[in-house]
Amino acid sequence: MTESPKNLRDASLTTAIMAEIRRITTRPWNIMEICGGQTHAIMQYGLDQLLPPDITLIHGPGCPVCVTSLQAIEQGLQIASQPEVILTTFGDMLRVPGNKADLFTARSQGADVRVVYSPLDSLRIASANPDKQVVFFAIGFETTAPTIASTILSASKAGIPNFSILPANVLVPPAMHAILSNPANRVQGFLAAGHVCAVMGYHEYLPIAEQYQIPIVVTGFEPVDLATGILMTVQQLEAGKHEVANAYPRFVTKEGNRVAQDMIAEVFKPVDRQWRGIGTIPLSGLGLRPEYASFNALTRFELPETSPSESPLCIAGKVLSGVSKPLDCPAFGRQCTPVQPLGAPMVSSEGACAAYYRYHRTRE
Amino acid sequence: MCLGIPGKVTKIYEQDGTLMASVDFDGVEQSVCIATTPEVELGQYVLVHAGFALNILSDTEAEETLKILRDLQEFNAGLTEEDRIQ
Repeated sequence: MTESPKNLRDASLTTAIMAEIRRITTRPWNIMEICGGQTHAIMQYGLDQLLPPDITLIHGPGCPVCVTSLQAIEQGLQIASQPEVILTTFGDMLRVPGNKADLFTARSQGADVRVVYSPLDSLRIASANPDKQVVFFAIGFETTAPTIASTILSASKAGIPNFSILPANVLVPPAMHAILSNPANRVQGFLAAGHVCAVMGYHEYLPIAEQYQIPIVVTGFEPVDLATGILMTVQQLEAGKHEVANAYPRFVTKEGNRVAQDMIAEVFKPVDRQWRGIGTIPLSGLGLRPEYASFNALTRFELPETSPSESPLCIAGKVLSGVSKPLDCPAFGRQCTPVQPLGAPMVSSEGACAAYYRYHRTRE
Repeated sequence: MCLGIPGKVTKIYEQDGTLMASVDFDGVEQSVCIATTPEVELGQYVLVHAGFALNILSDTEAEETLKILRDLQEFNAGLTEEDRIQ
């Protein structure tokens, strides 16, 4: 067979899985999809509206641009504003609000900010502009980490002196610990992010399932994948089980991609990292190992200290930790829209607020 | 951002010392770095994110998943409305 989306977007198959979920559900359950890409797919295909009313999906922090700290965004803006710099990053990053401005504003004021599809594109830009410093704003979860690690290894091998990164990568398991140990937590089951697991496998989740007695199901992104992940979570919840299961075996194994994991481990080490709206989570980020410290943009540029100031209206932190939903925010759709976002979740193609806005989940 | 798109490997080559592949996404060809999946073979499907192939599709697992789901669909079709409410 081929990887045909036709099978995996089959409405009758999705409907059958939903019927099974309805059949077995006896009481209310709260399930968190960690990945913002899944939040958008759920809204796009209306899966939230097909579920029985007892099943509530809570949207997780898996939106890299949403959780990138205000401090890192300010650092990106400061680096981009230097005349000898080309700042490269993924497209979503450009409209994320900093203290006063975003990278689009910086670009309109003359900064050279470029959107890249792959971190490797930054190396080509660096080679073509030897008189400039090319800085890649490195955001993302474990899915993106090997692409950045591989790029740094290539830069190191090729001896490209004018390339560095602003390190802002984050990790999923420490965020799950943070969510589950929050006294306000209401998550009873997790859909683990399929593409993070395609890289990392799911062995890291076994101790989490055990410690918090919570089922975790690795889930893909097509409607049939998502419905299956939800079904397998509800099956466990109804049976009182708390295991790690895999609803995305066509791309995920328990061990994951060892080559990719080795690359990450070669270049990066876990460091404490601040998550926007959530706070510092111990060992939740990836910092450069001493051997690759010369690729850290923060050591190449003198940057002034800034004090972060968030919008007093925005409840992004509560949305990102699953405590609140976008519609709980009084600013949603009023002071805060994708055109004029107060917080990052309204900007990103993975942000929960943007998903609600785009797919018209409005107040009754 | 953790978007991953499956595509079929049509050519494998080296560029500046990096292992690369041409990947066909339903008619659109793109260059993809396969440094993280060096074992990939022509004709296999890979999951592509940010210009890198993160993993290789397991055909047998994909078949197996669909088979289980089709069984479930048949099972559900055989149920009456009353069965489903219980």
